Amino acid sequence: MGLALALAVIVITVLSCYFFWAHTWWFPIDISTHGPAIDHQFMLTLVITGIIFVAAQFALAYAVWKYGSKKDGSKARYSHGNNMLEATWTLAAAVLFIGLNLMGYKTWASIHFVGAQPGAMQIEVWGQQFAWYFRYPGPDGKFGPVHVEKVDDSMGNFLGLDRDHDADSKDDIVTATLGLPVNREVNLILRSKDVTHSFYVRELRMKQDLVPGMEIPIHFTATKVGRYELACAELCGLGHYKMRAFVDVMTQEDFDKWLAEQAATQ
Amino acid sequence: MSETHAAHHAPTGFIRKYIFSLDHKVIGIQYYFLALFSVFVGLTLSILMRLHLAWPHTAVPLLDKLSPLGAPGGVITPEYYLSLLTLHGTLMVFFVLTTAPQSGFGNFILPIQIGAEDMAFPRLNMMSFWVTFLALIVLIATFFISDGPPIAGWTNYPPLSAVGGAAGPGMAVGDTLWVFSIAIFCVASMLGAINFIATTLDLRARGLSLMKLPLTCWAWFITAILGLLSFAVLLAAGALLLLDRMGGTSFFIPGGLIVSDKILSNHTGGSPLLWQHLFWFFGHPEVYIAILPGMGVTSHVLSTFARKPIFGYRAMVYAMGAIAVLGFGVWGHHMFVSGMSPYSAFAFSILTMAIGVPSAIKTFNWIGTLLGARIRFDSPMLYALGFVSIFVTGGLSGIFLGQPPIDIYFHDTYFVLAHFHFIMGVAAIFGMFAGTAFWFPKMFGRMMNETLGKVHFWITFVGVYAIFMPMHYLGLEGNPRRYSEFIDNFLVPLMPLHRFISIAAFITGGAQLIFLANLIWSLFWGKKATENPWEATTLEWTVPSPPPFDNFAGLHPVVYHGPYEFSVPGAEKDYIMQTDAEVLKEG
Repeated sequence: MGLALALAVIVITVLSCYFFWAHTWWFPIDISTHGPAIDHQFMLTLVITGIIFVAAQFALAYAVWKYGSKKDGSKARYSHGNNMLEATWTLAAAVLFIGLNLMGYKTWASIHFVGAQPGAMQIEVWGQQFAWYFRYPGPDGKFGPVHVEKVDDSMGNFLGLDRDHDADSKDDIVTATLGLPVNREVNLILRSKDVTHSFYVRELRMKQDLVPGMEIPIHFTATKVGRYELACAELCGLGHYKMRAFVDVMTQEDFDKWLAEQAATQ
Repeated sequence: MSETHAAHHAPTGFIRKYIFSLDHKVIGIQYYFLALFSVFVGLTLSILMRLHLAWPHTAVPLLDKLSPLGAPGGVITPEYYLSLLTLHGTLMVFFVLTTAPQSGFGNFILPIQIGAEDMAFPRLNMMSFWVTFLALIVLIATFFISDGPPIAGWTNYPPLSAVGGAAGPGMAVGDTLWVFSIAIFCVASMLGAINFIATTLDLRARGLSLMKLPLTCWAWFITAILGLLSFAVLLAAGALLLLDRMGGTSFFIPGGLIVSDKILSNHTGGSPLLWQHLFWFFGHPEVYIAILPGMGVTSHVLSTFARKPIFGYRAMVYAMGAIAVLGFGVWGHHMFVSGMSPYSAFAFSILTMAIGVPSAIKTFNWIGTLLGARIRFDSPMLYALGFVSIFVTGGLSGIFLGQPPIDIYFHDTYFVLAHFHFIMGVAAIFGMFAGTAFWFPKMFGRMMNETLGKVHFWITFVGVYAIFMPMHYLGLEGNPRRYSEFIDNFLVPLMPLHRFISIAAFITGGAQLIFLANLIWSLFWGKKATENPWEATTLEWTVPSPPPFDNFAGLHPVVYHGPYEFSVPGAEKDYIMQTDAEVLKEG
């Protein structure tokens, strides 16, 4: 029984590690400037926890194999422990875990402790059950005010803009796809109309909740042209799984053209 | 003490003996069967969920009878999937993981292990069970209302949960019942917790100092303290949520919301994040409420079947204490991407990493206990060894999620699902399996079938790895959780892996019927158990199986030794009971 259990534990451990090792399922490419630091921190953690995982499971397998077969009638080793060992592994675990955490501190700080540069492009991201809308401020660089009572999805006024009376709203552009210029920092302002949603773009290594009543900024720079998927990552109701949109990262030229097309349809 | 003893005689009527019983042993068994019912309902829900995820258009026979709206023609709708998900989580977390390890085994075993004839407050004990029962009835009732169960998950985040039926199916009456059920459950848990704390502190046998307590008792004691402090906060949060839903208040609802094309004009000034803080202030200690008793059982069973003293008894006690204290300071790691201050994320993250340290200490000590042992592979031991393996696996993925930059990617993906199912789901369940196999002879006076036990262990141990290990890989791919279907372009290629997980879940779920069959068969036809079939050392093994009504037949046991005196050099046998007067020679 001891040998069988030891083998089972070893096989499970090796198989589990293999699929991490072989990248059978893996992260999508990273298209952000902050992403490599996240990926690096992940890899570092994977290696360290991987070593602990293998060591602990193998130690367990060894113990059940080695001490599961003695039938000579002798007694087990009588020991209540070893304070020196306790102190050693307590300290080692503390240094390792907390040290690992501190190494990731800079990455978190660069994403969240500093805001976007002054020249960053401003875009509002709006979540609602079960759709995404994006608002660009237009040439004036200002978002017009939102009037809750004017929201009318059937008339296409998703955000409740009053283009007739509010000067700032006149040139605002509302889209259903998030268009982004490549290699330019953007500052997204996340807002929700109804319940909590979450902005998740895998390739941007970015996830942030949209909380009703709050305006939450996130900033990043997309580095690779292409079409990516935006998914909602916070349970928001029956259509949560289909609350999706596309993120199109374009050259500045294509982006300008796209935005002009969008402006024409407002 | 003598007064309660005088009043403490066995009832004779069926109702006072088995239904409204004051006997901690009956109440423990009642809790156990309540959890057993809940776990099989919860398991069935998860099987339906896995079926829907892998083959979304399959018709399930009879399901349309239960819910014509949720499963027209037997095919589960996306919203009914969310109902199943919500009830699965709620049943498992509250009515299984909180109930069986603590209130079930704790109630039955703790008083006997400390040499008491009952819990400190038998009437309170009876009340806490029946209040829990009421909470379960209220929750199960959501299946039978036309609206169906709520769809907001076991975390029930507002505003989704605060604005009523506008938010979706099940969010009107269904969600109100959910909050009531949880609030009732909180009351029951606090009553139970007070009882456990008082019992452990006041009713210990002569000679049984705290540092001679079995680790199971330490686990139940510390869990009770966690429960008392955390369920109080959840109760308050539930009351506020009910007020928002029914009383027109705005604790969690900010102004200017438009839900289903309607402006919620009478709400203003609330904060959805407030709920998350209150919920997780309960919710994270809850994880330890679920797992600490499993750690206690595992330590106890490992030492007994290794025939070796537990390695580092004091370190084990201190580690559990440290987990309990730190456990109250880490709730924010559920909220790294919630919109709370990123500076506080940093603090929560440091404390989260710190709580990995006592968890690591426990693992080291379990392996230390096995080195130099003479292992007996009875089924309780197999489950306990399974616990250690699964605890390591589930714990290590926490090292990823506890780091905010990595959590950005993994939050609310299947990586999280893998993590908490391993650590608080499966590990805790293995603790319960170990407890069942170990204490069944004491509880029911009969042995469980060993062959069935081993078959069940093997299928389940391999099965849970087959189910939950691949969920890490789905997490790497960024697969979000709580999705009813996978229609995004990046999710469609993952369907084969989802189907593999579903098949593994069907097999492993089916194998639980072996456990159930073994349990029922052994209740009636199992081999009669002797007083101490495992040659264990603690007080419950000094009384008949099952124990008489007042446990010790009116005698007061005296304790001389620590709980894990195995293989003492010079001793006649390879174990010394806690009550043996034999003098210990230092080895």
